[in-house]
Amino acid sequence: MEKLFKTVSFMSATLVMILLASIFISLFNSAKPAIEEFGFGFIAGKEWGVEVPIENPVSTVVATTAEKKVEVKPAENDNSLESMLGGGNDDIPMRTIFGGFIPIVGTLLSTLIAMAFALPIAMGIAVFLAEIAPKQISNVVGIAIELLAAIPSIIFGMWGLFYFAPIVQSFVGGYQVSLLTAGLVLGVMILPFMAAITRDSMRTTPDVLKESAYALGATKFEVIKDIIFPYSKAGIIGSVILALGRALGETMAVAFLIGSVFSLPSSINSPTVSIPVAMANSFGEATGMKTSALFYLAFLLFIISFAVISIAKFYFLRKDK
Amino acid sequence: MRLLLNKIVLLLSTVSALIGLAFLAWILFTLVGKGLSSLHFSLFLNDLIDGGLRNLIVGQFIMAGIASLIGIPLGMMAGIYLQEYGSGRYVRLIRDLSDIMMSAPSIVIGAFVYAIVVVPMHGTSGIAGSIALSIMMIPIVINTTDNMLSLVPRELREAGIALGASKYRVILDIIIKAAKVGIMTGLLLSFARIIGETAPLLFTSETSNYFSVDLTEAYPSLTVSIYALANDPTSSSRDLAWAASFILTMMVLMINLLGRYITRKKG
Amino acid sequence: MPIMSIEDFSFTYASAPARSLSNINLPIQKNCITSLIGPSGCGKSTLLRSLNRMHDLYPNNEYEGKLMLLNQENNEMENILDIKRENEFIELRQRVGMIFQKPTPFPMSIFDNVAYGLRISGIKNKTELKDRVEDALKGSALFGEVSDRMNKSAMGLSGGQQQRLCIARAVALKPELLLFDEPTSALDPISTAAIEELIVELKKDISIAIVTHNMQQASRISDYTAFMYLGDLVEYGETEQIFLNPREKKTEDYITGRFG
Repeated sequence: MEKLFKTVSFMSATLVMILLASIFISLFNSAKPAIEEFGFGFIAGKEWGVEVPIENPVSTVVATTAEKKVEVKPAENDNSLESMLGGGNDDIPMRTIFGGFIPIVGTLLSTLIAMAFALPIAMGIAVFLAEIAPKQISNVVGIAIELLAAIPSIIFGMWGLFYFAPIVQSFVGGYQVSLLTAGLVLGVMILPFMAAITRDSMRTTPDVLKESAYALGATKFEVIKDIIFPYSKAGIIGSVILALGRALGETMAVAFLIGSVFSLPSSINSPTVSIPVAMANSFGEATGMKTSALFYLAFLLFIISFAVISIAKFYFLRKDK
Repeated sequence: MRLLLNKIVLLLSTVSALIGLAFLAWILFTLVGKGLSSLHFSLFLNDLIDGGLRNLIVGQFIMAGIASLIGIPLGMMAGIYLQEYGSGRYVRLIRDLSDIMMSAPSIVIGAFVYAIVVVPMHGTSGIAGSIALSIMMIPIVINTTDNMLSLVPRELREAGIALGASKYRVILDIIIKAAKVGIMTGLLLSFARIIGETAPLLFTSETSNYFSVDLTEAYPSLTVSIYALANDPTSSSRDLAWAASFILTMMVLMINLLGRYITRKKG
Repeated sequence: MPIMSIEDFSFTYASAPARSLSNINLPIQKNCITSLIGPSGCGKSTLLRSLNRMHDLYPNNEYEGKLMLLNQENNEMENILDIKRENEFIELRQRVGMIFQKPTPFPMSIFDNVAYGLRISGIKNKTELKDRVEDALKGSALFGEVSDRMNKSAMGLSGGQQQRLCIARAVALKPELLLFDEPTSALDPISTAAIEELIVELKKDISIAIVTHNMQQASRISDYTAFMYLGDLVEYGETEQIFLNPREKKTEDYITGRFG
């Protein structure tokens, strides 16, 4: 019995490794056709679902996408009518090419906006909770912040689309669904998470250290700046990177707001797409090479977030020593 | 000057906290306002095909429940291994991998389950949705179990062994019991986490308008339907989406508060 | 007559570069109290924890020599270092009980705490369980204080009561040898006095080895005393002799408080 119990527990632990390896392998396998077809150039490829003649893949780009919204670039307008009617020149063998540049850029930019918005506020909240508020208030506000973190991301998305975006739009103009509104809602979503774990890092500062600084006549701000921040620096940076990782992979809060349009945003308040949103909206009806290209995106997202989380966990948040 | 700077910083930080709370209040007011006005008792009696939410709520719970049945034992056993049996490098490796898996994008988990379950089964299904949720859950349960067992004093283990109990008895009878409150809270929080998930279900379970107990076909999901309803242009669909969001959020927050309450009361 | 005889015993921790105990020879006399004293780090707890093979909970610790335990059935001495199988370990630990520095009540009721060892050793009969639990609690001078709240959690007891509960839990299994690892170091003086009284009472039925850093405690309760220093056994003898008339200079220095 003892042996059996031990074996089962060992196998359960090993399952984590097997699962992670299977995720890696199966994503890679499913992405393989796209990887073979497009190679590393996929990362820089700006066309998504565009048919091109096989002989000359770059010059005569003819547009139509499999997306709900047809994106036609102005430069290609003269060809587009013909291509829509005739489906391209029948004599020339065509292939559809996929490039990940737009969703990759969309992911990075929306995350950047989210971080720029959330970081200062989250730091303020963390300082407030860890150092300023009296214990009772800190507890109550702390729970409220943690509850905010527990709200499903789809709720953030809906609230963002119907209530938050119109207000943002009234200030900055542009579209309601845009890189900016998506990034801001994403920021609101990671805000409580970032604040809560940053607060936990700050709280690891030993009281003796703080007290000895106060005993020298330091103000609260000086204690925060000179004692708490330097002491918990690694933990704070780690927390911020974890929040970054969460923002990179977030789907639902962004899906309502980014617009799901495969075009580079001409300005901060125009729509685009991110990797998770591309997957969320296109996976269901995709077939063939398109599915594979989406898996390629998923694979890239997995690698990116793997790297980001690893840096946070192993470089900054080492638990043991 | 120093004192002024101090005041300014403290004020800014307090303002940040107020901003955070304002967002919480704003979202909750929106939910309650929109949700309550669309909420009607008949929503709990009818399925989506008849304009209700019954099948979606039940479906979401069933998938999260099955995910728990898979994820909790596996996660707890793995946590037990990390804390009680394993040692050295291997434990550190698994702990690190589990931490990484916990933060993996949920949509990627969905894609993975699509590749290994949906494709071979030739279609979306409740099983696929449950598996995706269980994969989300396992690392959270591991983390909780691992942390909570680490708080149990070593002497308690030795005292059990010194009475002649075998190790697995000591673990099941004494150590798990000693860590019970913390583990229970962690399990509730992990359940709250997965029941509100949308992304891993989008192309694994999809959703369905009908009540279903057949887990081999597309399965009703509250969250996936919220996404579909909210994107629907008709206002009645949107109202239904708000009502569903209200119910979903209340479920998640209630389970969360329940977990905290247990800790506060017993801990 | 010794219930246990430690012969040329050495012990090395997995993580340590050198032996923590070397060539210890020491008898534990039957129905007597043997105390192990010495400055912290001298190996007294390490030795005690060897006597029920507690070190086997952690991998790669190394025993050398012999630990001979009296088999009461055929009056022969058996080496407990030969034990390898799980069920033999279980049997050993039921014969050689242990009480720890800090009280270790299990997170269950008072009754279930004392019954725990009995239940896992296979006693299922309710009246037998009840009788043995009550006997053990009476034998540990705790019954009067807890008889009206047997089903309440053991966590609600005071520190001294918890420690007596742990003694009752060990005694319920009727061990032949009971090992105490600084059992009163976490307790107040009144609880300490109660535990000391109890230990003296117990030696009628059970042989006892106790590690203590409190020399007064050793002189008050023990029949034999062993003084250890840096992993060696410096001196062993009747308690009176060790405290009044030590043969070794080191022992005298320690007892008179010159170091340690």
